[in-house]
Formats: sequence, C-alpha cells, structure tokens
Amino acid sequence: MIGLQHYLTISAMLFVLSIAGIIVNRRNLILLLMCIELMLLAVNFNFIAFSRYLGDDTGQVFVFFILTVAAAEAAIGLAILVVLFRNRRSIAVQELNTLKG
Amino acid sequence: MLFHSILFYVFAAIMFGAALGVVFSRNPVHSVMLLVLTFFNAAVLWLMAEAEFLAIVLVLVYVGAVMVLFLFVVMMLDVNVEAAKRGLTRYAPFGIAIALLMVVELMQLIWLRSQVGDTVGGFVPNPEGYSNTKALGSVLYTEHVYAFEIAAVILLLAIIAAITLTMRKRPGLKVQNIAKQVGVRAKDRIRVVKMDAEKKS
Repeated sequence: MIGLQHYLTISAMLFVLSIAGIIVNRRNLILLLMCIELMLLAVNFNFIAFSRYLGDDTGQVFVFFILTVAAAEAAIGLAILVVLFRNRRSIAVQELNTLKG
Repeated sequence: MLFHSILFYVFAAIMFGAALGVVFSRNPVHSVMLLVLTFFNAAVLWLMAEAEFLAIVLVLVYVGAVMVLFLFVVMMLDVNVEAAKRGLTRYAPFGIAIALLMVVELMQLIWLRSQVGDTVGGFVPNPEGYSNTKALGSVLYTEHVYAFEIAAVILLLAIIAAITLTMRKRPGLKVQNIAKQVGVRAKDRIRVVKMDAEKKS
C-alpha cells in the first residue's frame, strides 16, 4: 500500500541528495542551479503527498506557485550566468572574488 | 495493489538513480539529460498520487521549457568541464556525511510517525468522475486568485529581468529615437517665408 510515508521518504532522499550535490559541486554554477531545481522538486513531492493525505487541494495549488517561481528563478539565474560568462569568459565560482575588497 | 507498489518502487528507483547521476556526472550535458529523466519519473509518481494536472504541468513546463533553457545555456557556454570538476572539494566528504546524517534523521522521523499515527494506509482514492484539473481550477481562481495574480507579476518580472540582463548595447547601431519622432512639430520641419507676390514685368 503506497501512502504518505513512501512519498515523504522518497522526497527526503531527493532533498538530501540535492544538498549533498550542492556541497559536492560547489565549483560549477550550472550544477548548483540544477541541484536547486531538484530540491524544489523534493519539496513539491511533500506538498502533493500531504495534499492527497489531507484531502485538501490547497497543497497542489501551492505546488503550482512553486513551479512558477522556480521557472522564474531558473530563467533569471541562467541569464545572470550568461552575462557572467560573457564578461569573464568563465563561470568558475572560485574566480568570483571581486567583492572580497 | 501489489502491482501499484511495484510500479511505485520502480519509478522511484529510476528517479533516485537519475538524480544521483545529475549530482555526480562529469558532464553537464549528461546532468541535464538525467535531470529530464528525473522530472519524467517524478511526473509519473505524481500521476500515481492522482495529481494529474501537476504531473502534466511538470512535463510541459519543466521538461519543455526550463530544461531546454538549461540545455541551451550549457551548450552555449562551452564550459571547460575538466577544469570545473578538477578535484572534488575538500569539503565533499564532510558534506556527504552531513547528508547521510540528515537522511537518517528524516527517515527516523517518518518511520516514528508511521508507527504512532495513521499515516500507514494508502491515499483515499478519488471518486469516479473526479477531475483533478477542475478541482484545482475551482480553488485557484476563487480562494487563491490574489496569489495567482502575484504569480503572473513574478513571471512578468522574470521576463523583464532576463531580457534586460542579457541584452547588450552594441555601438554604432542605428535605432529610432521614438520620443524625438513623436515630439516633432510642423514648425521644426517647414519654414514659412512671408514675401510679396512677384510683379508681372
């Protein structure tokens, strides 16, 4: 019987995996953005599971808004990435030390 | 029910494997492709939870738009893969240890709740003729219409931000000055010269 705890478990695994991904791939800005997308997917899993468990559609509406914000975030993040690459010819995070003073 | 469970575990396993590939792949293009696979499997799992509308939206919006954008940027930037990946950071073992600790804690929490509460049973199946899209729409456009409008504004903001960020000023480009064109008056262009009529000689 597949129920709430199965969805919560897979969501927790996905979330923690994306946290590990952010720490492991600190050098690569594109992979950082992808890990954030994965993290949002895990959060959406939680919302949908609880929405079904409680029989309340508001959770699914919230997922809808999270998808909207995530799409906007991806678009702006990638635009910043393109500008960064155009200006510095590299997107290595460790070279972004101009603000260090 | 057994078939349902097997299906769930198969798709969950594929999804988790693809997510592992996203995180640990050497090539960003492979990462994007595996992320697409992750989203597809997530959409299937959402379908199995009877959240049909969001499953379709996930495929259309994420796989159709966001992932294509990612792929476009990854291929356009031509990142030096080896340099970006040279040596996992020295914090990597530390991070993985923290991640393992977190997953153990979360699992324990979920397991404990399933021992005491009634979260063990499956979801209550929706009645015959139930439309997920209709139910979502009837909530979205009544109770949450304000949030819906804010979401529209956020999307507009994303459009404007992405365009202004990536637009570059090219020197020597001939463009119209619309304010000047609109602001022009007849007297700026024609000069009426008063003069006497010529006499017939």
